[in-house]
Amino acid sequence: MITLTDVWLTLGERQVLKEISLSVPAGETKVILGGSGSGKTTILRVILGLYRPDRGSLLIDGQDITATRERNLTEVRQRMAMVFQGAALFDSLTVRENVGYRLWEQGRLSDAMIEKSVRDSLQFVGLEYAIDKMPAELSGGMKKRVGIARALASGARIILYDEPTAGLDPINTCMISRLIQLLKSKGVTQVVVTHDLATAYRVADRIVMIHKGRMIFEGNPKELQSSADPDIRSFLEPDGQCFDSEAFAASEIGEP
Amino acid sequence: MTTHEVHLKARLIGGVLVVQEFAFLCARAVAGLAYIPRHIRETILQIDRIGVGSLFIVVLTGMFTGMVLALQGAVQLEPYGATIYVSRLISTSVVRELGPVLAALMIAGRVGSGIASELASMQVTEQIDALRAEGTDPIQKLVTTRLVACVLMIPVLTIITNGVAIFGGWLIARLYLGIDSYFYWTWAFEALAPRDMFVGLVKPAVFGFLIAMVGCYAGLNTKGGTVGVGISTTQSMVSSSILILSCDFFLTKLFMAFP
Repeated sequence: MITLTDVWLTLGERQVLKEISLSVPAGETKVILGGSGSGKTTILRVILGLYRPDRGSLLIDGQDITATRERNLTEVRQRMAMVFQGAALFDSLTVRENVGYRLWEQGRLSDAMIEKSVRDSLQFVGLEYAIDKMPAELSGGMKKRVGIARALASGARIILYDEPTAGLDPINTCMISRLIQLLKSKGVTQVVVTHDLATAYRVADRIVMIHKGRMIFEGNPKELQSSADPDIRSFLEPDGQCFDSEAFAASEIGEP
Repeated sequence: MTTHEVHLKARLIGGVLVVQEFAFLCARAVAGLAYIPRHIRETILQIDRIGVGSLFIVVLTGMFTGMVLALQGAVQLEPYGATIYVSRLISTSVVRELGPVLAALMIAGRVGSGIASELASMQVTEQIDALRAEGTDPIQKLVTTRLVACVLMIPVLTIITNGVAIFGGWLIARLYLGIDSYFYWTWAFEALAPRDMFVGLVKPAVFGFLIAMVGCYAGLNTKGGTVGVGISTTQSMVSSSILILSCDFFLTKLFMAFP
Protein backbone atom coordinates (compact mmCIF):
# COMPACT_ATOMS: atom_id res chain seq x y z
CA MET A 1 0.00 0.00 0.00
CA ILE A 2 1.20 3.49 -0.88
CA THR A 3 0.08 6.56 1.08
CA LEU A 4 1.06 10.14 0.35
CA THR A 5 -0.15 12.73 2.82
CA ASP A 6 0.01 16.47 2.17
CA VAL A 7 3.11 16.20 -0.04
CA TRP A 8 4.71 19.43 -1.27
CA LEU A 9 7.75 19.54 -3.51
CA THR A 10 9.82 22.35 -4.99
CA LEU A 11 12.32 21.75 -7.79
CA GLY A 12 14.59 24.71 -8.41
CA GLU A 13 12.39 27.77 -8.17
CA ARG A 14 9.22 25.94 -9.12
CA GLN A 15 6.56 24.53 -6.79
CA VAL A 16 5.92 21.23 -8.60
CA LEU A 17 3.63 19.45 -6.14
CA LYS A 18 1.15 21.07 -3.78
CA GLU A 19 -0.83 19.33 -1.07
CA ILE A 20 -0.87 15.90 -2.73
CA SER A 21 -2.68 13.30 -0.65
CA LEU A 22 -3.48 9.96 -2.18
CA SER A 23 -3.60 6.35 -1.20
CA VAL A 24 -3.17 3.21 -3.32
CA PRO A 25 -4.40 0.11 -1.48
CA ALA A 26 -2.69 -3.23 -2.17
CA GLY A 27 -3.86 -4.77 -5.44
CA GLU A 28 -5.40 -1.55 -6.78
CA THR A 29 -4.48 0.06 -10.09
CA LYS A 30 -4.53 3.81 -9.75
CA VAL A 31 -4.15 6.05 -12.78
CA ILE A 32 -2.74 9.55 -12.40
CA LEU A 33 -4.02 11.72 -15.22
CA GLY A 34 -2.96 15.20 -16.15
CA GLY A 35 -1.52 17.37 -18.86
CA SER A 36 2.16 17.66 -19.70
CA GLY A 37 4.14 19.35 -16.93
CA SER A 38 1.34 18.95 -14.40
CA GLY A 39 3.54 17.01 -11.96
CA LYS A 40 2.34 13.43 -12.62
CA THR A 41 5.77 11.88 -13.19
CA THR A 42 7.13 13.76 -10.18
CA ILE A 43 4.64 11.91 -7.98
CA LEU A 44 6.09 8.57 -9.19
CA ARG A 45 9.59 9.83 -8.45
CA VAL A 46 8.54 10.82 -4.95
CA ILE A 47 7.03 7.36 -4.40
CA LEU A 48 10.27 5.77 -5.57
CA GLY A 49 12.31 7.99 -3.26
CA LEU A 50 14.11 9.73 -6.14
CA TYR A 51 12.77 13.08 -4.86
CA ARG A 52 12.35 13.94 -1.20
CA PRO A 53 9.25 16.02 -0.44
CA ASP A 54 9.66 19.42 1.23
CA ARG A 55 6.65 18.68 3.40
CA GLY A 56 4.26 15.81 4.00
CA SER A 57 4.80 12.09 4.38
CA LEU A 58 5.16 8.98 2.23
CA LEU A 59 4.33 5.54 3.55
CA ILE A 60 5.11 2.31 1.69
CA ASP A 61 3.40 -0.73 3.23
CA GLY A 62 2.96 1.29 6.40
CA GLN A 63 6.65 2.25 6.63
CA ASP A 64 7.34 5.98 6.64
CA ILE A 65 10.19 6.56 4.19
CA THR A 66 9.92 10.34 3.95
CA ALA A 67 13.16 10.94 5.82
CA THR A 68 14.89 7.64 5.04
CA ARG A 69 18.49 8.13 3.92
CA GLU A 70 19.47 7.20 0.35
CA ARG A 71 21.53 4.19 1.41
CA ASN A 72 18.58 2.75 3.37
CA LEU A 73 16.12 3.23 0.53
CA THR A 74 17.51 0.25 -1.40
CA GLU A 75 15.47 -2.27 0.57
CA VAL A 76 12.29 -0.21 0.10
CA ARG A 77 12.95 0.29 -3.62
CA GLN A 78 13.36 -3.44 -4.08
CA ARG A 79 9.70 -3.84 -3.18
CA MET A 80 8.86 -1.64 -6.17
CA ALA A 81 9.66 -1.50 -9.85
CA MET A 82 9.25 1.27 -12.35
CA VAL A 83 8.56 1.19 -16.07
CA PHE A 84 10.10 4.41 -17.38
CA GLN A 85 8.67 6.52 -20.19
CA GLY A 86 11.59 5.73 -22.51
CA ALA A 87 11.88 2.23 -20.97
CA ALA A 88 15.37 3.18 -19.63
CA LEU A 89 16.83 -0.19 -20.56
CA PHE A 90 20.56 -0.43 -19.90
CA ASP A 91 21.90 -0.14 -23.42
CA SER A 92 25.14 -1.99 -22.73
CA LEU A 93 23.22 -5.09 -21.59
CA THR A 94 21.17 -7.64 -23.55
CA VAL A 95 17.44 -8.06 -23.00
CA ARG A 96 18.22 -11.11 -20.80
CA GLU A 97 20.64 -9.09 -18.65
CA ASN A 98 18.23 -6.16 -18.43
CA VAL A 99 15.31 -8.29 -17.32
CA GLY A 100 17.36 -10.29 -14.81
CA TYR A 101 19.40 -7.28 -13.65
CA ARG A 102 17.95 -6.99 -10.15
CA LEU A 103 18.07 -10.72 -9.52
CA TRP A 104 21.73 -10.93 -10.55
CA GLU A 105 22.60 -7.89 -8.45
CA GLN A 106 20.86 -9.38 -5.41
CA GLY A 107 22.73 -12.66 -5.91
CA ARG A 108 20.16 -14.66 -3.95
CA LEU A 109 19.09 -17.03 -6.75
CA SER A 110 21.05 -19.51 -8.81
CA ASP A 111 21.77 -18.67 -12.47
CA ALA A 112 19.28 -21.36 -13.57
CA MET A 113 16.50 -19.87 -11.44
CA ILE A 114 17.22 -16.37 -12.72
CA GLU A 115 17.20 -17.64 -16.30
CA LYS A 116 13.80 -19.26 -15.69
CA SER A 117 12.41 -16.09 -14.15
CA VAL A 118 13.73 -14.00 -17.06
CA ARG A 119 12.24 -16.36 -19.65
CA ASP A 120 8.88 -16.51 -17.82
CA SER A 121 8.70 -12.72 -17.66
CA LEU A 122 9.63 -12.32 -21.32
CA GLN A 123 7.08 -14.99 -22.24
CA PHE A 124 4.44 -13.03 -20.32
CA VAL A 125 5.09 -9.96 -22.48
CA GLY A 126 5.47 -12.08 -25.64
CA LEU A 127 9.16 -11.34 -26.20
CA GLU A 128 10.98 -14.55 -25.32
CA TYR A 129 12.42 -14.65 -28.82
CA ALA A 130 14.20 -11.32 -28.21
CA ILE A 131 16.12 -12.56 -25.17
CA ASP A 132 19.56 -12.15 -26.77
CA LYS A 133 18.89 -8.86 -28.53
CA MET A 134 20.37 -5.53 -27.48
CA PRO A 135 17.98 -2.65 -26.60
CA ALA A 136 19.08 -0.75 -29.73
CA GLU A 137 17.60 -3.57 -31.84
CA LEU A 138 14.12 -3.20 -30.32
CA SER A 139 11.19 -1.01 -31.37
CA GLY A 140 9.61 1.46 -28.93
CA GLY A 141 6.76 -0.91 -28.08
CA MET A 142 9.15 -3.82 -27.54
CA LYS A 143 11.31 -1.71 -25.24
CA LYS A 144 8.28 -0.85 -23.09
CA ARG A 145 7.33 -4.53 -22.92
CA VAL A 146 10.89 -5.45 -21.89
CA GLY A 147 10.56 -2.71 -19.24
CA ILE A 148 7.43 -4.44 -17.95
CA ALA A 149 9.19 -7.82 -18.04
CA ARG A 150 12.04 -6.30 -16.01
CA ALA A 151 9.52 -5.05 -13.44
CA LEU A 152 7.83 -8.43 -13.38
CA ALA A 153 11.04 -10.47 -13.03
CA SER A 154 12.09 -8.35 -10.08
CA GLY A 155 9.21 -9.86 -8.12
CA ALA A 156 8.04 -6.41 -7.04
CA ARG A 157 4.50 -6.20 -5.70
CA ILE A 158 4.27 -2.50 -6.58
CA ILE A 159 4.79 -1.41 -10.18
CA LEU A 160 4.92 2.24 -11.27
CA TYR A 161 4.41 3.15 -14.92
CA ASP A 162 5.46 6.47 -16.43
CA GLU A 163 3.50 7.09 -19.64
CA PRO A 164 3.55 3.39 -20.63
CA THR A 165 1.75 3.98 -23.92
CA ALA A 166 3.26 7.31 -24.99
CA GLY A 167 4.40 7.25 -28.60
CA LEU A 168 3.03 3.79 -29.34
CA ASP A 169 0.69 2.72 -32.14
CA PRO A 170 -2.84 1.58 -31.21
CA ILE A 171 -1.95 -2.13 -31.28
CA ASN A 172 1.04 -1.73 -28.97
CA THR A 173 -1.00 0.62 -26.75
CA CYS A 174 -3.69 -2.02 -26.45
CA MET A 175 -1.08 -4.70 -25.74
CA ILE A 176 0.50 -2.68 -22.91
CA SER A 177 -2.96 -1.97 -21.43
CA ARG A 178 -3.71 -5.69 -21.55
CA LEU A 179 -0.46 -6.49 -19.72
CA ILE A 180 -1.34 -3.96 -17.01
CA GLN A 181 -4.78 -5.57 -16.67
CA LEU A 182 -3.20 -9.04 -16.42
CA LEU A 183 -0.87 -7.84 -13.69
CA LYS A 184 -3.85 -6.33 -11.88
CA SER A 185 -5.49 -9.75 -11.92
CA LYS A 186 -2.34 -11.13 -10.29
CA GLY A 187 -2.86 -8.72 -7.37
CA VAL A 188 0.02 -6.36 -8.18
CA THR A 189 -0.40 -2.80 -6.86
CA GLN A 190 0.04 -0.43 -9.80
CA VAL A 191 0.30 3.31 -10.30
CA VAL A 192 0.00 4.39 -13.93
CA VAL A 193 0.87 7.92 -14.97
CA THR A 194 -0.59 8.81 -18.34
CA HIS A 195 -2.35 11.49 -20.34
CA ASP A 196 -3.95 8.87 -22.58
CA LEU A 197 -7.63 8.69 -21.62
CA ALA A 198 -8.30 5.39 -23.43
CA THR A 199 -5.53 3.65 -21.47
CA ALA A 200 -6.73 5.24 -18.25
CA TYR A 201 -10.29 3.99 -18.71
CA ARG A 202 -9.07 0.52 -19.68
CA VAL A 203 -6.83 -0.14 -16.68
CA ALA A 204 -7.93 2.11 -13.82
CA ASP A 205 -9.69 1.07 -10.65
CA ARG A 206 -9.52 4.68 -9.57
CA ILE A 207 -8.27 7.84 -11.22
CA VAL A 208 -6.52 10.86 -9.77
CA MET A 209 -6.29 14.03 -11.80
CA ILE A 210 -3.44 16.51 -11.34
CA HIS A 211 -3.57 20.08 -12.55
CA LYS A 212 -0.68 22.50 -11.96
CA GLY A 213 0.75 20.25 -9.26
CA ARG A 214 -2.47 20.03 -7.32
CA MET A 215 -4.95 17.15 -7.08
CA ILE A 216 -8.27 18.24 -8.50
CA PHE A 217 -10.07 14.91 -8.68
CA GLU A 218 -10.12 11.42 -7.25
CA GLY A 219 -12.72 8.84 -8.13
CA ASN A 220 -13.59 6.03 -10.51
CA PRO A 221 -13.62 6.46 -14.32
CA LYS A 222 -17.40 7.06 -14.41
CA GLU A 223 -17.18 9.81 -11.81
CA LEU A 224 -14.41 11.45 -13.84
CA GLN A 225 -16.50 11.41 -17.01
CA SER A 226 -19.44 13.03 -15.23
CA SER A 227 -17.37 15.68 -13.45
CA ALA A 228 -18.41 19.29 -14.07
CA ASP A 229 -15.03 20.78 -13.01
CA PRO A 230 -13.97 23.13 -15.87
CA ASP A 231 -10.29 22.00 -15.76
CA ILE A 232 -11.38 18.35 -15.99
CA ARG A 233 -13.85 19.11 -18.76
CA SER A 234 -11.21 20.96 -20.80
CA PHE A 235 -8.86 17.96 -20.38
CA LEU A 236 -11.53 15.43 -21.36
CA GLU A 237 -12.92 17.51 -24.22
CA PRO A 238 -10.06 19.69 -25.45
CA ASP A 239 -11.66 20.45 -28.84
CA GLY A 240 -13.67 23.38 -27.48
CA GLN A 241 -10.50 25.02 -26.16
CA CYS A 242 -8.32 24.28 -29.20
CA PHE A 243 -10.67 25.44 -31.90
CA ASP A 244 -12.29 28.38 -30.13
CA SER A 245 -9.97 31.35 -30.76
CA GLU A 246 -10.92 33.25 -27.60
CA ALA A 247 -10.63 30.19 -25.39
CA PHE A 248 -7.26 29.34 -26.97
CA ALA A 249 -5.96 32.86 -26.34
CA ALA A 250 -7.12 32.69 -22.73
CA SER A 251 -5.67 29.18 -22.21
CA GLU A 252 -2.46 28.48 -20.35
CA ILE A 253 -0.78 26.71 -23.26
CA GLY A 254 2.86 27.59 -23.26
CA GLU A 255 2.92 28.67 -19.65
CA PRO A 256 5.49 26.91 -17.49
CA MET B 1 23.75 46.19 -5.37
CA THR B 2 24.03 46.66 -9.14
CA THR B 3 22.87 44.04 -11.64
CA HIS B 4 26.49 43.30 -12.46
CA GLU B 5 27.29 42.68 -8.79
CA VAL B 6 24.24 40.45 -8.36
CA HIS B 7 25.30 38.46 -11.42
CA LEU B 8 28.87 38.15 -10.12
CA LYS B 9 27.64 37.04 -6.69
CA ALA B 10 25.40 34.41 -8.26
CA ARG B 11 28.32 33.08 -10.32
CA LEU B 12 30.56 32.94 -7.27
CA ILE B 13 27.95 31.06 -5.27
CA GLY B 14 27.45 28.74 -8.27
CA GLY B 15 31.19 28.07 -8.39
CA VAL B 16 31.36 27.28 -4.69
CA LEU B 17 28.38 24.92 -5.06
CA VAL B 18 30.09 23.07 -7.92
CA VAL B 19 33.23 22.58 -5.80
CA GLN B 20 31.09 21.39 -2.89
CA GLU B 21 29.15 18.93 -5.06
CA PHE B 22 32.37 17.67 -6.65
CA ALA B 23 33.96 17.11 -3.22
CA PHE B 24 30.81 15.32 -2.06
CA LEU B 25 30.85 13.05 -5.11
CA CYS B 26 34.55 12.26 -4.53
CA ALA B 27 33.83 11.39 -0.89
CA ARG B 28 30.97 9.07 -1.87
CA ALA B 29 33.05 7.43 -4.61
CA VAL B 30 35.91 6.77 -2.17
CA ALA B 31 33.46 5.46 0.44
CA GLY B 32 32.14 3.13 -2.28
CA LEU B 33 35.52 1.32 -2.29
CA ALA B 34 34.17 -0.82 0.54
CA TYR B 35 31.63 -2.29 -1.92
CA ILE B 36 34.02 -2.86 -4.82
CA PRO B 37 33.89 -6.70 -4.51
CA ARG B 38 30.16 -6.45 -5.31
CA HIS B 39 30.99 -4.67 -8.57
CA ILE B 40 34.12 -6.59 -9.49
CA ARG B 41 32.86 -7.51 -12.99
CA GLU B 42 32.16 -3.87 -13.83
CA THR B 43 35.57 -2.88 -12.41
CA ILE B 44 37.39 -5.46 -14.55
CA LEU B 45 35.42 -4.30 -17.59
CA GLN B 46 36.48 -0.71 -16.93
CA ILE B 47 40.11 -1.75 -16.36
CA ASP B 48 40.03 -3.45 -19.75
CA ARG B 49 38.36 -0.49 -21.48
CA ILE B 50 40.59 2.14 -19.90
CA GLY B 51 43.84 0.19 -19.75
CA VAL B 52 43.96 -2.03 -22.81
CA GLY B 53 41.82 0.37 -24.84
CA SER B 54 44.25 3.26 -24.30
CA LEU B 55 47.39 1.27 -25.05
CA PHE B 56 47.63 2.32 -28.68
CA ILE B 57 47.43 6.07 -28.08
CA VAL B 58 49.92 6.05 -25.21
CA VAL B 59 52.39 4.01 -27.25
CA LEU B 60 52.12 6.52 -30.09
CA THR B 61 52.39 9.45 -27.66
CA GLY B 62 55.47 7.95 -26.01
CA MET B 63 57.18 7.03 -29.26
CA PHE B 64 56.88 10.44 -30.88
CA THR B 65 57.68 12.32 -27.65
CA GLY B 66 60.89 10.34 -27.21
CA MET B 67 61.87 10.77 -30.84
CA VAL B 68 61.29 14.51 -30.88
CA LEU B 69 63.12 14.94 -27.57
CA ALA B 70 66.13 13.14 -29.03
CA LEU B 71 66.15 15.40 -32.07
CA GLN B 72 65.70 18.63 -30.12
CA GLY B 73 68.01 17.56 -27.30
CA ALA B 74 70.80 16.74 -29.73
CA VAL B 75 70.55 20.21 -31.28
CA GLN B 76 70.87 21.83 -27.84
CA LEU B 77 73.70 19.59 -26.62
CA GLU B 78 75.79 19.54 -29.79
CA PRO B 79 77.54 22.96 -29.24
CA TYR B 80 78.90 21.58 -25.93
CA GLY B 81 79.94 18.24 -27.46
CA ALA B 82 77.50 16.52 -25.12
CA THR B 83 75.23 14.80 -27.64
CA ILE B 84 75.95 11.39 -26.09
CA TYR B 85 74.17 12.59 -22.93
CA VAL B 86 70.90 13.05 -24.81
CA SER B 87 69.49 9.94 -23.13
CA ARG B 88 69.88 11.61 -19.71
CA LEU B 89 67.74 14.47 -20.93
CA ILE B 90 65.16 12.13 -22.41
CA SER B 91 64.82 9.78 -19.45
CA THR B 92 64.62 12.48 -16.76
CA SER B 93 62.23 14.76 -18.62
CA VAL B 94 60.02 11.86 -19.66
CA VAL B 95 59.87 10.07 -16.31
CA ARG B 96 59.50 13.21 -14.19
CA GLU B 97 57.19 15.34 -16.33
CA LEU B 98 56.38 14.58 -19.92
CA GLY B 99 55.36 10.92 -19.55
CA PRO B 100 52.80 11.44 -16.77
CA VAL B 101 51.43 14.70 -18.18
CA LEU B 102 51.21 13.72 -21.84
CA ALA B 103 49.80 10.26 -21.10
CA ALA B 104 47.24 11.82 -18.73
CA LEU B 105 46.21 14.44 -21.30
CA MET B 106 45.78 11.80 -23.99
CA ILE B 107 43.81 9.55 -21.62
CA ALA B 108 41.69 12.51 -20.50
CA GLY B 109 40.76 13.00 -24.14
CA ARG B 110 39.95 9.37 -24.74
CA VAL B 111 38.78 8.01 -21.39
CA GLY B 112 37.60 11.09 -19.47
CA SER B 113 35.39 12.34 -22.26
CA GLY B 114 34.20 8.76 -22.87
CA ILE B 115 33.16 8.42 -19.22
CA ALA B 116 31.40 11.81 -19.35
CA SER B 117 29.48 11.05 -22.54
CA GLU B 118 28.50 7.54 -21.42
CA LEU B 119 27.18 8.72 -18.05
CA ALA B 120 25.57 11.77 -19.64
CA SER B 121 23.69 9.55 -22.11
CA MET B 122 22.60 7.32 -19.24
CA GLN B 123 21.44 10.40 -17.35
CA VAL B 124 19.31 11.82 -20.17
CA THR B 125 17.78 8.43 -20.99
CA GLU B 126 16.82 7.87 -17.32
CA GLN B 127 19.16 4.87 -16.99
CA ILE B 128 20.73 6.36 -13.85
CA ASP B 129 17.26 6.66 -12.30
CA ALA B 130 16.55 3.10 -13.46
CA LEU B 131 19.66 1.91 -11.61
CA ARG B 132 18.45 3.60 -8.44
CA ALA B 133 14.98 2.16 -8.99
CA GLU B 134 16.57 -1.30 -9.26
CA GLY B 135 18.14 -0.77 -5.85
CA THR B 136 21.68 -0.16 -7.15
CA ASP B 137 23.73 2.79 -5.93
CA PRO B 138 24.89 4.49 -9.17
CA ILE B 139 27.88 6.02 -7.41
CA GLN B 140 29.21 2.61 -6.37
CA LYS B 141 28.33 0.96 -9.67
CA LEU B 142 29.42 3.66 -12.11
CA VAL B 143 31.75 6.08 -10.34
CA THR B 144 33.79 3.97 -7.92
CA THR B 145 34.46 1.29 -10.55
CA ARG B 146 35.74 3.88 -13.04
CA LEU B 147 37.74 5.60 -10.31
CA VAL B 148 39.49 2.34 -9.38
CA ALA B 149 40.17 1.53 -13.03
CA CYS B 150 41.68 4.96 -13.72
CA VAL B 151 43.80 5.11 -10.55
CA LEU B 152 45.17 1.61 -11.22
CA MET B 153 45.63 1.79 -14.97
CA ILE B 154 46.91 5.30 -15.61
CA PRO B 155 50.17 4.67 -13.69
CA VAL B 156 50.61 1.45 -15.70
CA LEU B 157 49.96 3.30 -18.96
CA THR B 158 52.40 6.00 -17.87
CA ILE B 159 55.13 3.41 -17.27
CA ILE B 160 54.48 2.12 -20.80
CA THR B 161 54.59 5.67 -22.20
CA ASN B 162 57.89 6.31 -20.42
CA GLY B 163 59.42 3.06 -21.66
CA VAL B 164 58.29 3.63 -25.25
CA ALA B 165 59.49 7.27 -25.16
CA ILE B 166 62.98 6.24 -24.03
CA PHE B 167 62.94 3.53 -26.70
CA GLY B 168 61.84 6.09 -29.33
CA GLY B 169 64.71 8.33 -28.23
CA TRP B 170 67.10 5.39 -28.64
CA LEU B 171 65.89 4.81 -32.21
CA ILE B 172 66.77 8.40 -33.16
CA ALA B 173 69.98 8.37 -31.11
CA ARG B 174 71.16 5.14 -32.71
CA LEU B 175 69.97 5.56 -36.28
CA TYR B 176 70.15 9.33 -36.76
CA LEU B 177 72.65 10.64 -34.23
CA GLY B 178 74.95 7.60 -34.30
CA ILE B 179 75.13 7.29 -30.49
CA ASP B 180 76.28 3.93 -29.19
CA SER B 181 73.49 1.86 -27.61
CA TYR B 182 75.61 1.04 -24.55
CA PHE B 183 76.15 4.73 -23.76
CA TYR B 184 72.53 5.57 -24.46
CA TRP B 185 71.03 3.01 -22.07
CA THR B 186 73.71 3.45 -19.40
CA TRP B 187 73.19 7.22 -19.20
CA ALA B 188 69.40 6.86 -19.52
CA PHE B 189 69.18 4.71 -16.37
CA GLU B 190 71.99 6.38 -14.46
CA ALA B 191 70.18 9.70 -14.64
CA LEU B 192 67.13 8.32 -12.88
CA ALA B 193 66.88 8.20 -9.10
CA PRO B 194 64.35 6.03 -7.21
CA ARG B 195 62.66 9.28 -6.21
CA ASP B 196 61.98 10.07 -9.88
CA MET B 197 60.25 6.72 -10.28
CA PHE B 198 58.16 7.41 -7.18
CA VAL B 199 57.13 10.89 -8.35
CA GLY B 200 56.47 9.50 -11.81
CA LEU B 201 54.00 7.04 -10.32
CA VAL B 202 52.27 9.30 -7.79
CA LYS B 203 51.46 11.91 -10.42
CA PRO B 204 49.60 9.56 -12.78
CA ALA B 205 47.62 8.11 -9.87
CA VAL B 206 46.49 11.64 -8.95
CA PHE B 207 45.75 12.42 -12.60
CA GLY B 208 43.75 9.17 -12.83
CA PHE B 209 41.66 10.26 -9.87
CA LEU B 210 41.00 13.64 -11.50
CA ILE B 211 40.16 12.19 -14.93
CA ALA B 212 37.68 9.68 -13.48
CA MET B 213 36.01 12.09 -11.07
CA VAL B 214 35.74 15.02 -13.49
CA GLY B 215 34.31 12.72 -16.19
CA CYS B 216 31.80 11.19 -13.78
CA TYR B 217 30.82 14.56 -12.30
CA ALA B 218 30.23 16.08 -15.73
CA GLY B 219 28.26 13.04 -16.89
CA LEU B 220 26.06 12.73 -13.81
CA ASN B 221 25.22 16.44 -13.81
CA THR B 222 24.07 16.52 -17.41
CA LYS B 223 20.91 18.47 -18.06
CA GLY B 224 18.91 18.63 -21.25
CA GLY B 225 19.04 16.16 -24.11
CA THR B 226 21.75 15.48 -26.66
CA VAL B 227 23.01 19.07 -26.40
CA GLY B 228 23.65 18.45 -22.71
CA VAL B 229 25.65 15.32 -23.53
CA GLY B 230 27.89 17.34 -25.86
CA ILE B 231 28.37 20.09 -23.28
CA SER B 232 29.29 17.59 -20.54
CA THR B 233 31.79 15.83 -22.77
CA THR B 234 33.52 19.10 -23.69
CA GLN B 235 33.45 20.34 -20.08
CA SER B 236 35.01 17.11 -18.88
CA MET B 237 37.85 17.30 -21.43
CA VAL B 238 38.62 20.97 -20.76
CA SER B 239 38.33 20.75 -16.96
CA SER B 240 40.44 17.62 -16.62
CA SER B 241 43.16 19.01 -18.92
CA ILE B 242 43.38 22.23 -16.88
CA LEU B 243 43.35 20.29 -13.62
CA ILE B 244 46.08 17.93 -14.84
CA LEU B 245 48.38 20.79 -15.85
CA SER B 246 47.78 22.84 -12.71
CA CYS B 247 48.04 19.82 -10.43
CA ASP B 248 51.30 18.84 -12.11
CA PHE B 249 52.77 22.20 -11.13
CA PHE B 250 51.64 21.94 -7.51
CA LEU B 251 52.76 18.32 -7.18
CA THR B 252 56.18 19.16 -8.61
CA LYS B 253 56.47 22.06 -6.17
CA LEU B 254 55.35 19.81 -3.32
CA PHE B 255 57.91 17.11 -4.11
CA MET B 256 60.62 19.75 -4.45
CA ALA B 257 59.82 20.93 -0.94
CA PHE B 258 60.79 17.47 0.36
CA PRO B 259 64.17 16.74 -1.19
